[in-house]
Amino acid sequence: MNQAVENKNVDNDELDRRIVMATQSGLPVVAEPYHQIAKQLDIPTQLLMDRLNAMKQDNRIRRIGVVPNHYKLGYTANGMSVWDVDDAIINEVGEQLGKLDMVTHCYQRPRFLPEWSYNLFAMVHGHDREEVLSKVEQIAELLGNKAHKHDILFSTRILKKTGLRLKEKAKEK
Amino acid sequence: MDQLDKNIINTLQYDFPVCERPFAQLAETLNSTEDELINRVQAMLDNGLLTRFGPMYNAVNMGGALSLCAMKVPKNRFDDVTEQVNAFPEVAHNYQRDHEMNMWFVLATETQQELNNTLNAIEDTTGIPVYNMPKEKEFFVGLHFKA
Repeated sequence: MNQAVENKNVDNDELDRRIVMATQSGLPVVAEPYHQIAKQLDIPTQLLMDRLNAMKQDNRIRRIGVVPNHYKLGYTANGMSVWDVDDAIINEVGEQLGKLDMVTHCYQRPRFLPEWSYNLFAMVHGHDREEVLSKVEQIAELLGNKAHKHDILFSTRILKKTGLRLKEKAKEK
Repeated sequence: MDQLDKNIINTLQYDFPVCERPFAQLAETLNSTEDELINRVQAMLDNGLLTRFGPMYNAVNMGGALSLCAMKVPKNRFDDVTEQVNAFPEVAHNYQRDHEMNMWFVLATETQQELNNTLNAIEDTTGIPVYNMPKEKEFFVGLHFKA
């Protein structure tokens, strides 16, 4: 899968929504985690697994797995690198960036001319600021004249951080 | 953190299988046992090396709305504006960054209409324009953090 990931707004049915509610804070760390969730939802395990696979298929679930605390792994610096790339080649450049080490997110976003000409955002992580800067320089060299200019924005303070959560109430249609 | 912990982190960042006994299946690949893997994952969740274990949902594809927004906040108003912006429950993350655009936050709502309303309310409350930069395209990211 190296194409741009498509955004589909999928209408979740009620069971999918219950599955999200039951798993959005995580899976139980047991030998049969899906069995345990299915029991809790009072559905067959196979049905739960089918629904999860379907949600993976259409990218409602990015993946199932672990998220390491990158600070504890020693990646304490992160910079949001921003690039001004011709729209005509942005798919090619975006895929090129996504493949690089330590780039954890890569998005095309709208420009606000004249004050903001950057349309490609790539989050770059490193063990320290110097490592992030040298990564970004490597990317700049790799892109050459495909990028007209770039900048890097280091975070200086976390002002707020809360998780994204579906609300308990049923969604009005 | 020993080599097995590292291997677990490096493998499970990509994919945790959907099957009856996923840890048993992984035990073969990771040259370990089902019980050992369960203990290791639980221990790493307990000590904070892992922050999450389970499905990562894509908010936008789940039918919600999500956007990255930026503001140029005058230095002498920064703390007050932070308080005003953070007071909106729709603001999920907010970071100060070293740039003229010095405040960057993520808005998450269940509908696009709510997102637009929140944007307008933030502009009204702070008197500062908000640059709304929703993702237009997401590129596949192949590599995660190497432990």
